Amino acid sequence: MNDMTRSHGGTLLDPAPGRTGKTTTSNRLAPGKLPRGLQLAGPVLLVVLWEAAARLGYLSPHTLAAPSTAIATGFEMFADGTLLPHLAASAGRAYAGLFLGVLAGVVLALASGLTMTGEALIDGLVQIKRAIPTLALIPLVILWLGIGEAMKIFIIFTAVLVPVYVNTHAALRGIDIGHVELARTLGLTRSEFIRNVALPGALPGFFVSLRLAVTLCWTSLVVLELINTQTGIGYLMNRARDWGQTDIIVVGILIYAVLGLLSDAAVRMVEARALSYRRSIGS
Amino acid sequence: MTLHRAISPAVAVRRLSRAFGDRPVLHDITLNIPSGQFVALLGESGSGKTTLLRALAGLDDDARQSGSYSVPKNVSVLFQDARLLPWLSVIDNLTLGLRRQDAVQAAQSMLDSVGIGDKARAYPATLSGGQKQRAALARSLLRNPDLLLADEPFGALDALTRLKMHDLLLRLVERSRPTIVLVTHDVDEAVLLADRILVLRDGVIAEDHRVTVPHPRRPSHPDFEDLRRRLLRSLGVETEHI
Ligand SMILES: Nc1ncnc2c1ncn2[C@@H]1O[C@H](COP(=O)(O)OP(=O)(O)OP(=O)(O)O)[C@@H](O)[C@H]1O
Ligand SMILES: [Mg+2]
Repeated sequence: MNDMTRSHGGTLLDPAPGRTGKTTTSNRLAPGKLPRGLQLAGPVLLVVLWEAAARLGYLSPHTLAAPSTAIATGFEMFADGTLLPHLAASAGRAYAGLFLGVLAGVVLALASGLTMTGEALIDGLVQIKRAIPTLALIPLVILWLGIGEAMKIFIIFTAVLVPVYVNTHAALRGIDIGHVELARTLGLTRSEFIRNVALPGALPGFFVSLRLAVTLCWTSLVVLELINTQTGIGYLMNRARDWGQTDIIVVGILIYAVLGLLSDAAVRMVEARALSYRRSIGS
Repeated sequence: MTLHRAISPAVAVRRLSRAFGDRPVLHDITLNIPSGQFVALLGESGSGKTTLLRALAGLDDDARQSGSYSVPKNVSVLFQDARLLPWLSVIDNLTLGLRRQDAVQAAQSMLDSVGIGDKARAYPATLSGGQKQRAALARSLLRNPDLLLADEPFGALDALTRLKMHDLLLRLVERSRPTIVLVTHDVDEAVLLADRILVLRDGVIAEDHRVTVPHPRRPSHPDFEDLRRRLLRSLGVETEHI
């Protein structure tokens, strides 16, 4: 699960709310916080080098299209209406799978994080599922659900479910023992405890999982859209490969990147509001 | 174990023992605390003060298997870390689990009396350490406890804030007079506040002092100094230079 580290560590956007830090200068032990926008230095440099290599003829369009070519192609496809139907088809699959996966992941995490029966029945199963690569399920799922949309959404659903379950469950299990004791001394009922202590305590963990999920739901699509479909970004990219159109492939990659970043930013915005209580005076 | 809801004494402990593994911490503790008494519990670090307090608070399931103890029905615990839920505003922390009609008004007026009435809607993260401990004190007292158990509640506060909290505590419990067990490291705090001081050593209550210093207590009072010196010595501190 290499995505885990990514969401904990620095991404291109701001650090999670609550993690306070001095702005520019800091002590010599911890690196200071990067001024806003400077996180983009690496990506910008890469694009500049890439463009330069293409223009100077070091990079043939058959190997990799220049970023400017790809962007132009992207705009063209957008303008003549060929891009949107594919984008909509992919988004439909990704977000249907995301929705179902998050829902099921949270329900299972609650059942197994809050009850012993649930833990006994559910946790082992999800851990086993976690060990199996999602794409390895494709042959079986094709036998069950056919090669249509249901199969694609189901695969995304199972891919999303696991990190949502794992993080939310861990957050529920890792509840602050001090808070449990407090709840006991306050004489809270079980439902008061769940509503006021267990669930709010697990919310940060849930958001971590949601940030993984919103990008994960796109990752299986390229492979899934090889199977029996005429729509989707993955289909576009695969067809472009057959015809050697590297610019369209780059357009697909850029779309994934932009969608990933936008989704992540959207979750962060919701997260920042939901966890606004973490903001202390100093930050 | 048996739980008696006795009226008096407020706290009755009979032969309570507690061991962690095969390491005994409390050994056959027997203790009566009359209703309304303010008891300070002293003892070296690791002597078992927290262990005893947690047993009385009903937080230690393993301690129940030995001996017996009875505590009043309405017990409130004040922790060293204020232990406010960070996702609830101060006033929601106070009213959580509070079963009375006028919970919100009562909580607000309690916040007013501990001096942080303006922080009702704030989140705990925006409070200073002293303000958090005030909120925790308000939460405890709002429940009109018959027994208040406090484990070094002022331990993390600076000296000045601690003095203010002492005054506040004395003022707030003046009317309702709950039985109080206060665990503290601070001998001065014990002599200043308590009616009775217990010293825990080797798993038993080794000393039981009555505090006869007249109120309001001044550290310069000869009885104050005398008791303080004796307590420090019994805790292993030689006091020539203090
Ligand atoms: N959960 C536990 N498991 C094992 N040993 C424990 C546990 N809790 C406490 N102890 C041991 O019991 C002894 C008494 O601990 P306790 O916390 O009651 O001391 P204390 O008097 O409150 O000390 P302090 O003044 O430092 O808070 C210590 O030796 C401690 O190591
Ligand atoms: Mg202790």
